[in-house]
Amino acid sequence: MSDFVHDGWSFYVAIITVVSLIACGVFLKAFSTQRLAEGEQPGTTGHSWDGLEELNNPLPRWWMWLFYITIVFSLSYLILYPGLGSYAGYFGWSSQGQYKDEQRQAAAVFGPVIDRFLKQDAVVVAANPEAREIGQRLFLNYCAQCHGSDAGGSRGYPSLRDADWLYGGSTEAIRSTINGGRNGVMPPLGAALGGSEDVRDVVHHVLALAGRTHDGLRAQRGKVKFAATCAACHGADGKGNQQIGAANLTDDIWLHGGTEAAIAETIVKGRMNQMPAHKDFLDEGKIHLLTAYVLGISGQGKP
Amino acid sequence: MPDNLATVRPVADEIEASLYEVRRKIYPRAVSGWFAQWRVALVVATQLVFYGVPWLAWNDRQAVLFDLVSRKFYIFGLILWPQDFIFLTALLIISAYSLFLFTTIAGRLWCGYACPQTVYTEMFMWIERRIEGDRLQRMRLDQSPLNARKFGLKTLKHGSWIAVALWTGFTFVGYFTPIKELAGEVVTSTLGPWETFWILFYGFATYGNAGWMREQVCKYMCPYARFQSVMFDPDTLVITYDAQRGDPRGSRSRAADPRALGLGDCVDCNICVQVCPTGIDIRKGLQYECIGCAACIDGCNQVMDKMGYSRGLIRYSTEKAVSGKYNDAEIRRHVLRPRVLAYSALLGVIVAAFFGGLLLRSPLKVDVLRDRGAMMRDAAGGQIENVYRLQFINTDEVARRYVVTVDGLPGLQVMTPQPIKVAPATTQAFPVSVRVDPAGLGAGAHVIVFHISDMDRPEVQAHEKSRFFVR
Repeated sequence: MSDFVHDGWSFYVAIITVVSLIACGVFLKAFSTQRLAEGEQPGTTGHSWDGLEELNNPLPRWWMWLFYITIVFSLSYLILYPGLGSYAGYFGWSSQGQYKDEQRQAAAVFGPVIDRFLKQDAVVVAANPEAREIGQRLFLNYCAQCHGSDAGGSRGYPSLRDADWLYGGSTEAIRSTINGGRNGVMPPLGAALGGSEDVRDVVHHVLALAGRTHDGLRAQRGKVKFAATCAACHGADGKGNQQIGAANLTDDIWLHGGTEAAIAETIVKGRMNQMPAHKDFLDEGKIHLLTAYVLGISGQGKP
Repeated sequence: MPDNLATVRPVADEIEASLYEVRRKIYPRAVSGWFAQWRVALVVATQLVFYGVPWLAWNDRQAVLFDLVSRKFYIFGLILWPQDFIFLTALLIISAYSLFLFTTIAGRLWCGYACPQTVYTEMFMWIERRIEGDRLQRMRLDQSPLNARKFGLKTLKHGSWIAVALWTGFTFVGYFTPIKELAGEVVTSTLGPWETFWILFYGFATYGNAGWMREQVCKYMCPYARFQSVMFDPDTLVITYDAQRGDPRGSRSRAADPRALGLGDCVDCNICVQVCPTGIDIRKGLQYECIGCAACIDGCNQVMDKMGYSRGLIRYSTEKAVSGKYNDAEIRRHVLRPRVLAYSALLGVIVAAFFGGLLLRSPLKVDVLRDRGAMMRDAAGGQIENVYRLQFINTDEVARRYVVTVDGLPGLQVMTPQPIKVAPATTQAFPVSVRVDPAGLGAGAHVIVFHISDMDRPEVQAHEKSRFFVR
């Protein structure tokens, strides 16, 4: 309950609830009989509109008992379940508790189906068609929002279908990426490199590394600057460093776009990228299946 | 009420009267005759279907099964999915219009012959008669003090009722859980909590409604009983006592000439009241309690036969016929009146639409969901790729292979390997990537259309619109 709500309100609500219930009983008792003169028949209610009289066809008595039963039901409900102010009820039921119960029940049903793959190596699991189907469903639920339903990625979100890995494509690397997430940081280096012409030089060197058409003279000049500024992370040969998630620049695969303008923007402004950690809401069995699924679609799942 | 309260003053000679009445138990007398036979026939027919159908098999599965867990509704060769709920709507509309039509023509036929409340009450009364005897014996038994015989009969009656009720509850649940497995679970007492609850609940409702509540359900609980009177018109056939012929009532010997005694044909034997399951006197005219079961017609006809009078003192007749606007022979001509024709035409249209829809129903349904996270991606050669999730519903009980094509933009092509296999009677999602060369295309959304066809049966197709984003 909110910190701003005083306990007094809880009593106020509880008292109104109980008084209303008692009042229902009192009114029911009071209005279940009518006073009649000796010999008078309770045929009409006495209401008359332009000669049309409202008949008083009595309800059956069991119907009246149903009304009393609703009052008894309400009181029992209020004792067993939350409803009287902030009183939690005898059963201590809460929607959160029910949610957790249902999660436990689901885990009891699906846990064995998923966990039986834990004993197998991820490469073996990747080749199992049933595991792939489960893996695909998990992927569509938890991963497809960013990486795409077909795992092909998009700008800013790496494709998982190729052999290019920022943090490594081994079973353990993939598993630790899913478990703990990743923070990819490329610092803004526009100022460090100098002016826009210097940046263009580096861009042409990077294009050269990727084997793309480039201006040879600029690339020559850029190579020097690259060695001084970029090679610390991307390596002198531009092949990157999977320990820190520095991208391989030689494979013509571009996380943030491969046009000259996009590469220049990456260098000048830097990039901040994040993959969230999944270990807090996916259990070991599911992460194992996802790891195997990613291994499989990237073509590494063949034993 | 306030007006009434204001005029009430407690005076010494006033008494407290309850506004609720105690139920007066009704002991309907057994009756035989043409209408009673019809009712028995309908009880047998409807209950053979109800109790029997869950046991039928169809292709290694239960023929009629409403599988709520996997949301598939098997009706013989037909499998309905939640997407087909429109057919349930149509079925309900058909039921409603049939009700309107029958009620307009001949009153509460449904109530009198086919309503489960009537049917189960009829079954329970049959058991009651077998065990406790007919009306007078039952009344005497209830008035007699409790002794071993009474206790035995009552135990036997309630035991039999409960047995039928539990079987009914079991059958009902058998429409939602495979009934043979359910039977096994009952035998080994491994029923799940919800199955147990529903068997007991439905059984309790059957026992309570057919054994104890009976006419109370019709009088106080059933909304249809109250609103169908608006469907009556002066040409509607209702069960009517012919007051002109019957009154003045009075007993007489069989030999006596009623005209000489100044009497009508009604011998005031009260049989029509005794056989009435709702305990009314039909001679007071049409009442909302009358469920149109025609027991009084059968009862009265037997008496008329004994007296040597012509039948039909109580009969199906219309308000206009009884008041002398036209004679009974002309009733038939008034059946085809505008209201009846309008209901029939509407009913015909809906029935045709229902069956037409079922026949033309495609066994393939596809939903196209665009990937929401990323709008587009750069693909090789400067192309733009969009990703869609295609949700296939194969309602056939056979695995199918589907081919996906797409059009709407020049050079648009599907990149996903084809065909796509979908297992029998399942829903499966497949990511499908679509590529185009964006040269000459404006930025923004372009409408494209997915065409999905069954490889083996090209006539089975689905077409779904979606959007393609270009930067």
